[in-house]
Amino acid sequence: MLKSKFFNRRNVREALSGYLFMTPTIVVLGVFLALPVLYAIVLAFHKVNLLGDVSYRFTGLKNFVRMQDDERVWIALQNTVQYVAIVVPIQTLLALGLALTLNTKIRGRSWFRVAFFLPTVTSSAVLTLIFMWIYNSNGLLNSVLSFFSLPTYNWLGDPEVALKGIMIMNVWATAPLFMVIYLAALQDIPESLYEAAAIDGATTWEKFWHITLPFLRPVTFFVIVMGLIGTFQLFDQSYIFSNGSGGPNNATLTIVLLIYQYAFKNLDMGYALALTLMLAFVIMTATLVQRQFFGEESLD
Amino acid sequence: MKKSLHWPIGLLYIGLILYAVITFIPFTWALSASFKSLAEISSGGSNFVPQTFTFDNYKQIFLQEPLFGRWLFNSAIVALIVTLFNLLFNSMAGYALARVQFPGNRFLFFLILAVLVVPAQITLLPKFLILKSLGWLNSYQGLVVPTVVNATFIFMMRQFFLNFPKELEEAAALDGLNRFETFFQVVLPLAKPALAAQTIFIFMGSWNEFLLPLVVMSDPTMFTLPIGLNAFKGQYITYWNYIMAASMVFTLPALAIYAFFNRYFIQGVTFTGGKS
Repeated sequence: MLKSKFFNRRNVREALSGYLFMTPTIVVLGVFLALPVLYAIVLAFHKVNLLGDVSYRFTGLKNFVRMQDDERVWIALQNTVQYVAIVVPIQTLLALGLALTLNTKIRGRSWFRVAFFLPTVTSSAVLTLIFMWIYNSNGLLNSVLSFFSLPTYNWLGDPEVALKGIMIMNVWATAPLFMVIYLAALQDIPESLYEAAAIDGATTWEKFWHITLPFLRPVTFFVIVMGLIGTFQLFDQSYIFSNGSGGPNNATLTIVLLIYQYAFKNLDMGYALALTLMLAFVIMTATLVQRQFFGEESLD
Repeated sequence: MKKSLHWPIGLLYIGLILYAVITFIPFTWALSASFKSLAEISSGGSNFVPQTFTFDNYKQIFLQEPLFGRWLFNSAIVALIVTLFNLLFNSMAGYALARVQFPGNRFLFFLILAVLVVPAQITLLPKFLILKSLGWLNSYQGLVVPTVVNATFIFMMRQFFLNFPKELEEAAALDGLNRFETFFQVVLPLAKPALAAQTIFIFMGSWNEFLLPLVVMSDPTMFTLPIGLNAFKGQYITYWNYIMAASMVFTLPALAIYAFFNRYFIQGVTFTGGKS
């Protein structure tokens, strides 16, 4: 019975076509995703020689021990954590605020939505160049600031404010993406809930607090996790801003930029991979902490 | 939604218009710089309308940087090929996961979900080593092949095909079509809305990608435009009129696509974000 069922020609053909449909995916994700992850874990315990033929020498935990005394690792970690801690809450709140505003039955809302979304589709390279032009010491931002008699800054050259410049830019560029996600979630809230609450005499604020916010919990988890993953991996903007150096005075040095420098400037691939694993660990921990905070979340 | 009726509508409009202005100012400021002369740029005025309107910057960037056209071509060819392959492969995988019965189906689906949470930068350096040993550095395939499938959109296509009417496929099977014929002749043509959202996202993602081409392409003739722009900036750092013109050449095609297809963008975000 079992045998005849297994060799049933239709089922075999069906299974074969299934594997054929999946072949490109399995091959590409296998070679360029699964293999790299394994490779990263293994090579992080090796010294890798990149010149000429690539060769490896096992060094145990040396790459990880080295991090402790590497001052630039701590600077990069500090910059990155500071960047994440400031950008993620602001962009999430801004996205929520914009979405709540656009979710009202206001005229021209679809026009506003299309307009707000614009920075999200523009390349990070172009946005960074545009903002560098705005941040120029005699640029637009300083003109505006001095017009209102506010203090002006050397945004590109002053270590105190360089990272803040990138923060402003990224909040501006990323919030609209999350706004659209929030907007979609808001439209999924059944109108009947609000109507029932209105009959019970709930105020606008009570409806927001007891219906809207709980409903937005899962999507907020998603938005924060995406925000965390994105901000922890900040690279393009820092690289272009500082010409790859992380300057001024390491102010825009992020973990990924440091990894890039070790891998491609110092050709120290093993150490760079150890740093990569450290970053992965940090991101996953942050995601798990979020999960604790927002409760279990299912993907299906 | 009713709650909004009590809000002062005027205040909402002021907020929305203010934010629209904040959104547009950087773009218009860059566009205006691209039509200004170097002298006007250097004087540091804050006028949005150029005193003397010139097309020189656009002419000059192609003359000063002979590779500029080449970079534009590289970006376009890579983005086009990547998009075509993604549409085909992601749909095939999504369809198989949603509809085809084969051993390992659920396991593969969980692997795809696991891939979604692997931060992309982690695979970058090993990817570089693999591409190096394949001899694919400084080649189109080095940029194209690692990005021809995308777990996010496989997931999205699976969700799409789960809700796809079964009757159509059953009718196709009665007509004697096999899985492949059914997929290409019946299913795919009806998946246009999902494909449109995917097209735009994949194209933009590839067109704007910075880190992978930075690592893979070291030969200036193989740069894509974001990398070229960065190199160009390094050479002409005080010539903001050129840099802004070059940025606009790179941005305007993307903005044109967005202007025509923005509906699908929003749908795509909703698809990937809202469902999970």
